[in-house]
Amino acid sequence: MRVALFADIHSNLDALTACLAEAEALGAERYAFLGDLVGYGAEPGAVVDLVAAHAARGAVVVRGNHDAAAVAGGTDRMRDVAASAIDWTRGQLDARQLAFLGGLPLTVRQEDVLYVHASAELPDQWIYVSDEYLAARSLAASGGARYVLSGHVHEPTLFYTSAAERPVPFTPVPGKAIPVPAHRRWLAIVGSVGQPRDHDTAACWAMLDLERHTLTFRRVPYDWRSAAAKIRAAGLPEYLAARIERGE
Amino acid sequence: MSNGLDVGATLDGFRIEEQVHSGGMAVLYRVSGPATGFPLLMKVPRLGHGEPASSLISFEVEQMVLEAIDGPHVPRFVAKGDLAKVPYLVMEHVEGRSLQDWAGRAPLPADDVARIGAALAVALHAIHLQDAIHLDLKPSNVILRPDGRAVLVDFGLAHHGHFPDLLSEEYRRPIGSAPYMSPEQIAGGRSDPRSDLFSLGVVLYELATGQYPFGQPTSERGLRARLWRPPLPPRAIVADVPEWLQEVILHCLEVDAGERYPSAAQVAFDLTHPEHVGVGERGRRLRTPGALSVLRSWLRATGYEPPEVPRPSATVARASIVLAAVASTHSDEPQADAIRDAVRRIMAAGGHTRLAVVSVVKPTSELGGSTEEETASRQRIRHLVVLRHWAEPLQLTAGQVSFHVVESADPAEALLAYARANHVDHIVIGAPPRDVALRGMLGAVSTRVAPDAAPEPLAFFRLLGTVSTKVAAEAPCTVTVVRSRTP
Repeated sequence: MRVALFADIHSNLDALTACLAEAEALGAERYAFLGDLVGYGAEPGAVVDLVAAHAARGAVVVRGNHDAAAVAGGTDRMRDVAASAIDWTRGQLDARQLAFLGGLPLTVRQEDVLYVHASAELPDQWIYVSDEYLAARSLAASGGARYVLSGHVHEPTLFYTSAAERPVPFTPVPGKAIPVPAHRRWLAIVGSVGQPRDHDTAACWAMLDLERHTLTFRRVPYDWRSAAAKIRAAGLPEYLAARIERGE
Repeated sequence: MSNGLDVGATLDGFRIEEQVHSGGMAVLYRVSGPATGFPLLMKVPRLGHGEPASSLISFEVEQMVLEAIDGPHVPRFVAKGDLAKVPYLVMEHVEGRSLQDWAGRAPLPADDVARIGAALAVALHAIHLQDAIHLDLKPSNVILRPDGRAVLVDFGLAHHGHFPDLLSEEYRRPIGSAPYMSPEQIAGGRSDPRSDLFSLGVVLYELATGQYPFGQPTSERGLRARLWRPPLPPRAIVADVPEWLQEVILHCLEVDAGERYPSAAQVAFDLTHPEHVGVGERGRRLRTPGALSVLRSWLRATGYEPPEVPRPSATVARASIVLAAVASTHSDEPQADAIRDAVRRIMAAGGHTRLAVVSVVKPTSELGGSTEEETASRQRIRHLVVLRHWAEPLQLTAGQVSFHVVESADPAEALLAYARANHVDHIVIGAPPRDVALRGMLGAVSTRVAPDAAPEPLAFFRLLGTVSTKVAAEAPCTVTVVRSRTP
């Protein structure tokens, strides 16, 4: 079973379609969307429709903080730029699309795998898994899952547990299959599809092979000029367009 | 989980034929199985009482690293067993002799030390290029194939840049083999390919002198002594050790990784070209440096931290060997200048690039000298003078550049052979002038019609055209074909 993982799409349809095309070409058998389908980018409706179509065919989709905010408002905890993008996003989504986002679960557990947008510890508090300590807390709250697959943090990172169950971070090399045997526990931050922040403009996604026990982080160059032009045309903050042009 | 496997039993399609080794950590079996075209060896880790297989981290590391690397210098990976079920590793059963046999007979003659050392360096370079570092190089982990090539075995302490380093966080104490461990490893650093060059230096020292440069310390304090106490120079132990070999050995054994050779390929280069080793004080010394120098080293060692390094292949890439093919017979000044400019730009990229300036000349026997020996050496010097003069504007230091006159009737093949043998990363060669390339092609057509019709200058330029074409087509590395600007 090969599971394609997509996190933090942020209404970037150009990036998502590029990643989905590669995942399909590489034989993905299951799709999992790890939250933050919307926010920041210019095509929330089209992205929600595309993900909903995958969900109708059995894809896993969990809720991110931007998805929750688009449904419920409540953007007081967000920075101004994110908040204004969310207000705009709400106006772009129809009732059906909002209902889809509103119905998303916070976590999905399938066998050894837990899908969750942020930390599995208090998943509705959107805690960033940004170090070993927070990775340990997320793993501890994962109900014994061998693989915890997340987003929220935009830089791809793989935490593996040492013999002492202490998570250790590793920055993956794109395109290289990493053995992730099930006798260890793993927490993967797969990286952002729609708003990469590690100074590489290419979109991030990852493929987990549950038979061969390998995880491959991937980067896909996509037409970010088009995505940035749409952000500007929509009248969203200039900063959001500039960010995806620089990958930061 | 079984510890011993019976002869005749099968495991995942592999039949146990014979137990060939039983060590403290693992048992080795000769096995038969799916046809691979080479003999198979199965390694099964020994499990301590009540110990889960998953705690065998070094076995897990070996499974992971061996599967990710290939080539003639490592055993070919065939299959692995799930650590949570039956852990095993099936690989090529490498035929040859353990380097341990040679080490037992040390001190060895300098020629043998250089030959074996070069084979080892080539093997290390091959894995470094694949982003792997062995980190446990010692004679018992090396098999010499009958053809002289070295094979590195036991990757249980290895590091691979594509994978999480499972060992780095498991042990508080340094891991490795005490006599061979580099200063970085002693300080916990596991990501520098130059650590393998330090261990290579220890092996060379051992083969040349029959002794360990830093003894066999058993305590961590004893291990750290190599950070400040320099080894006795090999020539102080075995007077026959040539200065150039001592220079190479002590260059590998520098405490600061940045002071060592930048790549294993460059060690191999020196070991196969003793005449080009720039011998300095390091190669000539017969005593360890004085007390003041040791005190200085000791003070520096107290604050020692291993250097931060990028991925192994990136480190090696900064230490490339560049071959400049320069004509020492026919003078085409604009082209010689253009080649020099191209080389200058490549060298300016920084790092530790090394330049080999090579000229291929016709065998001297074809030149018809009366007193052959004398003529040959005089010719050679004349060519070398031209090459040295060509390189002068580059202002390179002695260790950075070397000059080679190769005799061959087939220049392209000679350059390719040189590039392969010396692990050259980049060849810079001149293109034939544009109009001549065309005329050369026409000439080739006309020769077919009338073999004697092609005039002599054309024959030369035609050859030049074929040389760069053939080199570009068959080289094992990047080739820059240089053409001088025409007005």
